[in-house]
Amino acid sequence: MRVKYLFFTIIFLLSCSTHNITNSHSGFIQIKGSDTIINAVQRLAEEFMEEYPYIFVAVTGGGSGVGIASLINKTCDIATASREMTLKEIILANNRGIYPKEHIVAYDGIAVVVNHNNPIDKLTIEDLHNIFTGKVDNWQNFSWEIKKIVTLSREVNSGTHMYFKEEIVKLGNKNSKEEFSAQTLLLSSSQAIVEEVVNNIYAIGYLGMGYLSDRIKPVKIGKNNEFYPPQIEYISNGKYPLSRPLYFYTNGEPEGIVKLFVDFVFSSKGQKIFFEAGFVPLKLDVY
Amino acid sequence: MCIRKLKESVIEFFIKISGFIIILFVFLIFLFLLKDTVLLFKDFTFKEFIFGKRWLPISEPPHFGIIPLLLGSLYVTFFATIICVPVGIASALFIAEIAPKFLRNILKSFIEILASIPSVVLGFIGIVWLGPFLKDTLKLNTGMCGLTGSFLLAFMSLPTIISISEDAIISVPKSFKEAAFGLGATRWQTLWRVVLPSASSGIIAAIMLGIDRVIGETMVVMMVTGNAPLVPKSILQPLRTLTATIAGEMGEAISGSEHYFALFAVGLILFIITFIINFLSVLLLNRSKK
Repeated sequence: MRVKYLFFTIIFLLSCSTHNITNSHSGFIQIKGSDTIINAVQRLAEEFMEEYPYIFVAVTGGGSGVGIASLINKTCDIATASREMTLKEIILANNRGIYPKEHIVAYDGIAVVVNHNNPIDKLTIEDLHNIFTGKVDNWQNFSWEIKKIVTLSREVNSGTHMYFKEEIVKLGNKNSKEEFSAQTLLLSSSQAIVEEVVNNIYAIGYLGMGYLSDRIKPVKIGKNNEFYPPQIEYISNGKYPLSRPLYFYTNGEPEGIVKLFVDFVFSSKGQKIFFEAGFVPLKLDVY
Repeated sequence: MCIRKLKESVIEFFIKISGFIIILFVFLIFLFLLKDTVLLFKDFTFKEFIFGKRWLPISEPPHFGIIPLLLGSLYVTFFATIICVPVGIASALFIAEIAPKFLRNILKSFIEILASIPSVVLGFIGIVWLGPFLKDTLKLNTGMCGLTGSFLLAFMSLPTIISISEDAIISVPKSFKEAAFGLGATRWQTLWRVVLPSASSGIIAAIMLGIDRVIGETMVVMMVTGNAPLVPKSILQPLRTLTATIAGEMGEAISGSEHYFALFAVGLILFIITFIINFLSVLLLNRSKK
């Protein structure tokens, strides 16, 4: 009797699913990584779960390094990153039978931010290099008050930290031995940088464009006397100098439900979410 | 009769086993840390680790010098101790000896509430209020400095220090005080010359436990001390502690990499420090008992 009941239940469930076969996928996707895009990825996951109610997507942050480390340690399906994997990481991954596949999902601009009461509104790449390496450590050098510059950075597990180190501290030269000044405060989240900039008029920090708000002031950045603010139009036409791709890493070609999610991210709906969260989508026609 | 004896020996056996298990755990933790620490020194010299002044874990080549982190932890702990010991002992004396009974009950329950505040809440208060306040009053460059951390840690270790020293003070025999009063001593003289010295072993234990709590605390220091890995010259500078380094970097370190082993080495150093503090407190306790 009971067996018969079970049999009918299964038939019933199967017949239900044929109505809606695309949404019958089920499973669990674990996504870990970059804090820069965590809000956007969270939104993507929510929209995705609405379309595929039997797939659960868990999103956690911690930094690009954390995501890549967990991909290598096999504790996540997709690692999000705001920097490329290093050769060292790829070798470590290969040694463990993981073959990371890179997907560029959107672009991001790095904004340099100061307090609203700070009169400085534009800086060159050279200025930023001098400030963050500690070669120039007083606002007096920028014809403002005689006050020490308080430089703020993310922790070393941040992809934004790595990007800023390559582009500003090392000025794009891989063999450079330059380091962040030892005086630099290493804060554990982008939000902590926002709070310190709001509270301290002598502070200067950097963060992903998604964290810009009215409470802090982005500085225009330039090369060769042309200065541009961190806005989507100047990033997409390549005029703003601090921009970078954002990555998803999967183990090999994505398969099954992971592929569904990656395809969703590339769809115009997914790209629109990136745009709404303040990032630059791959195709510019979504807005 | 026989059953009773058997019962007793079984219970005795279990108590013995629990005691030994604790020793075994401590020993295993030590071995566990040591096992991974040793791997760091395959391609990194011990001297560079202990005397190195630069902590740059993701540079090429990486530097794992522990001096800035060690000094960071010691600075924060030292100043937190300076703040919390006098305040803690004074409050304990007040609660145990001076306060009227109703006030004593109110104070004690508030101290219990104080002990239950999660450290992340204190860290948040540090970022939003205490840091900016210290920055403005002391005219600092930034409120994210060692002193902010020391204040919050002192605040966190107060409940431990107060409740344990209060117990010690209360357990001083009444006859001691009566004898002092009988000899014509004032209340202050009695407290300072009789009660405090006879409660000293308990108070020292309280202080040591408080220090243990301060040096092992992670969340608060990670949130408010700025985490700059420079060799601190003053408590008013940003600094980076041993615990914040492990917490901040462990997620990113790939297991089996040099960085990962270096963090274990940091953990071992922390373990050794707390071990020394405990050892000293036992030594002091024994001495004061004699």
